[in-house]
Amino acid sequence: MAEVTLKGIKKAYGPVTVIPHFDLDIQDHEFMVLVGPSGCGKSTALRMIAGLEEITGGTIEIGGRVVNDVPPKDRDIAMVFQSYALYPHMTVRENMEFGLKIRKTPREEMNRRVNEAAQILGITEFLDRKPKQLSGGQRQRVALGRAIVRKPAVFLFDEPLSNLDAKLRVQTRAEISKLQKTLKTTTVYVTHDQIEAMTMGDRIAVMKTGELQQVGSPLEVYDRPSNLFVAGFIGTPPMNFIPATVTTGGDAVAASGFTLPVPAASRAATAQRTGQKVVLGIRPENIREAPRDPGDAAVPITVKVEFVEPLGHEVIVHGRVGDDLLVAKVEPHRAPKMGEEVRLVIEVEASHLFDTATEKRLGDN
Amino acid sequence: MSSNRSRRGDEPVHWPLHLFVIFILILTIYPILWVLAIAFSGSQSLAIADLPAHATALDRLRAIAPWPKHFSAENFRSVFADQPFARWLLNSVVVAAMTTLLGVFLACTSAYAFSRFRFPARRAGLMAFLVSQMFPGTLMLIPLYIIIVKWLGLGSTFTGLVLIYTVTAIPFCVWMMKGYFDTIPKELEESALIDGASQATIFFRIVLPLAKPAVAVTALFSFMTAWNEFIQAATLMDRVDKYTVPVGLRFFVGGFTQQWGYFAAGSIVAAIPVMALFLFLQKYLVSGLTAGAVKG
Repeated sequence: MAEVTLKGIKKAYGPVTVIPHFDLDIQDHEFMVLVGPSGCGKSTALRMIAGLEEITGGTIEIGGRVVNDVPPKDRDIAMVFQSYALYPHMTVRENMEFGLKIRKTPREEMNRRVNEAAQILGITEFLDRKPKQLSGGQRQRVALGRAIVRKPAVFLFDEPLSNLDAKLRVQTRAEISKLQKTLKTTTVYVTHDQIEAMTMGDRIAVMKTGELQQVGSPLEVYDRPSNLFVAGFIGTPPMNFIPATVTTGGDAVAASGFTLPVPAASRAATAQRTGQKVVLGIRPENIREAPRDPGDAAVPITVKVEFVEPLGHEVIVHGRVGDDLLVAKVEPHRAPKMGEEVRLVIEVEASHLFDTATEKRLGDN
Repeated sequence: MSSNRSRRGDEPVHWPLHLFVIFILILTIYPILWVLAIAFSGSQSLAIADLPAHATALDRLRAIAPWPKHFSAENFRSVFADQPFARWLLNSVVVAAMTTLLGVFLACTSAYAFSRFRFPARRAGLMAFLVSQMFPGTLMLIPLYIIIVKWLGLGSTFTGLVLIYTVTAIPFCVWMMKGYFDTIPKELEESALIDGASQATIFFRIVLPLAKPAVAVTALFSFMTAWNEFIQAATLMDRVDKYTVPVGLRFFVGGFTQQWGYFAAGSIVAAIPVMALFLFLQKYLVSGLTAGAVKG
């Protein structure tokens, strides 16, 4: 068990800097998810923790020990790769034993650990098979098994679910979460899938082009995204961004089709911005038929429906208010038709304002 | 079922293709049948049947049919009993086996370095290997003779010959092995690295077992290079008891003797080890050993 600390990490390949400066504290027992679009440096960050990539600057500590120059095998970590990286010429059992054998674990102890892990993961019956005789999901489990038999201080996952089909992914997602809660091993999990990030992480770290955008619990990141990128990245469908102007007095913003009172959290910031342009961010789930709670502040709007996506449990409505396109989530059984005009409301306190230039959220964070 | 289908005419007729294949087959094995016929004829003549003065069509046909008048294993008995052929065979086995061992070891290790490590002059080294293949072997005859015999004093020794064959085979083997190593996913090695394996463990326990098909091809190539080579061996080995098989065979039909029967029998015996090696390595010459490593 160990905490992982990254201080001022820098990574450059020759003249190309991919991670300019990266700080992250991962607590003991924590499930930390690094999430971001491809090429944001999240895998590089993970590989630096693993010791598979050298760091250009800064320090990495695992369990209070600086590991900058410690080879991967001595970092007390285990890693699950996107491709699983099972040794194809070895059976499942040999795959799981490999790391233990090299560390000269006694035979009995080795058998005990492998059998235990196989039981937890439900792969006991495959122990004598070769990886090529297994399905994708089973291989994934073997890769997990190979990591847990080692009982490392830190688990590293590099997009382990990307190769699974949608249904298996949801199932395995839950299993990995459950496993981590049982084993309480500090975990760093890299994914580009924000749903994985939201559902699995104790905290999530959102990255973009090598820079950390925000670190926080899933709800913090969802409720108070620190900037436009995080706001747009977390949540499906993504948040609506509407250009707006702060009205006289700074207590409301005007878009092309409606005027919205400034949410309480942003009021201090808009007070001196009369006449300035801002970006109004509203999640589709906060544009509804009626406010969630009748007492909540809500602004009625009229949406001209352009396109409807029924998902069964909800309906996604693409429409227009004034000059602006909006996406809203509505009840499935009152789905509007294309071309119709529907009356919806925007929940004031759930909306966000962002600075046009800095793209930072105006408000309390 | 199949006759039904061909009657319906949705499948082409096969027999012209079969005829063609049989024709090509005869063309291919005819020379080998000749060698067999001469070897088992018990005589030393190149011709199996003498053509009479007024030959009939049947006589002519008999003359070109690879079928000896009498069958006799005398030539086989004689090359071993009366000629030092067994000795030459042993020499060839020693030289070829040593070449294979040394060649495969050096090719595997250097190809792995070329595939995985980045070091100065890596590209230049690979190119040099390629360029060396452009020159015909005869061009190297004199320089190699000077190096091996004059400088190293290894004339008429197996070591000298093994050295020459190994360095001749290595460029091809390195390229072959490097190409294969390049296809082995890097994640496997990274995974082993995290599992605690040293570079040597990774090479011997992960990479090499997966590269078996390439090792098999490399081994076969090295063996055949050494087994079949004539010019260098003929130049370097000036004692009859140090001859390798190709040089020894030439001895049968050189200068004043024309012992084609021994030659044919000897070449058949010489072909057996290569064929055996081929059959033995056949099971490794299958690709797809890495299937299942990573999702493909």
